[in-house]
Amino acid sequence: MLLIDCPYCGERPEPEFVYGGQAHIARPPQPAQATAQQWADYLYRRDNTRGVHAERWRHTHGCGRFFNALRDTTTDHFLATYRLGEPVPTAAATVRR
Amino acid sequence: MRDLSAARRPPLVSASTALHALPPATRYVLRGGADVRAAAGSALGLAIPATACRATVGADRAALWLGPDEWLLIAPHAPPPAFGAALAAALEGLAHSLVDVSHRQSALVVSGPQAATLLAAGCPLDLDASAFPVGMCTRTMLAKAEVVLWRTEPQVFRVEVWRSFVAYVAQFLGEAARGII
Repeated sequence: MLLIDCPYCGERPEPEFVYGGQAHIARPPQPAQATAQQWADYLYRRDNTRGVHAERWRHTHGCGRFFNALRDTTTDHFLATYRLGEPVPTAAATVRR
Repeated sequence: MRDLSAARRPPLVSASTALHALPPATRYVLRGGADVRAAAGSALGLAIPATACRATVGADRAALWLGPDEWLLIAPHAPPPAFGAALAAALEGLAHSLVDVSHRQSALVVSGPQAATLLAAGCPLDLDASAFPVGMCTRTMLAKAEVVLWRTEPQVFRVEVWRSFVAYVAQFLGEAARGII
């Protein structure tokens, strides 16, 4: 079974988790001044990455917390997981197993 | 609430590995930061765990870690608000959430030498004592139901199930037991 390393609980089986979409999407800093194009980018436009993808996951049937993960979309290999607010791990830090 | 535990008891799995329902209990879900954890701990006379997936047990009550800011507090059944009023008073002025979930869920106990094997029929966690020691508790999946699983003794697991799932979980474990025992 695929194990995902929850930053709070440790390695846990994949059925406990729910995918939460692409990570690090910033809301327009001045929403009232944002153009229609900026809103469309924020709400709808997502990368379609082949390779390492930063994405949100939620440990729904565990601690219930959202966290971020770097996953290779071609191999389904999780390179790293990190808490919300933490910077994206560098390449050196992602080699964990 | 009428005590249904007598009616439920005991769908016996085998003489050595047994499944039975526990009587009603008082349960609260507490959420908040480190200040809430400390204040609630001193009000309850019980150290509320900061360590992930661990439970602490007092004289008649227990605190189970569910998340970094979320705990399940279990005590013997008492009329509402039980210890909730004292706890709410102690947490006055702190940002927190304290919810009585006594009647939301019910507790099953799986005990016996094959208890971990039986639960493994529906639970994807590693339940070996090295990976899931006594005192460890966590929310997880048991077949299609979300449960809180707590190893209270080497061969005893407490399973907190939302009450509408109790019949399903009990039947699932009974059927699983027929395959392994």
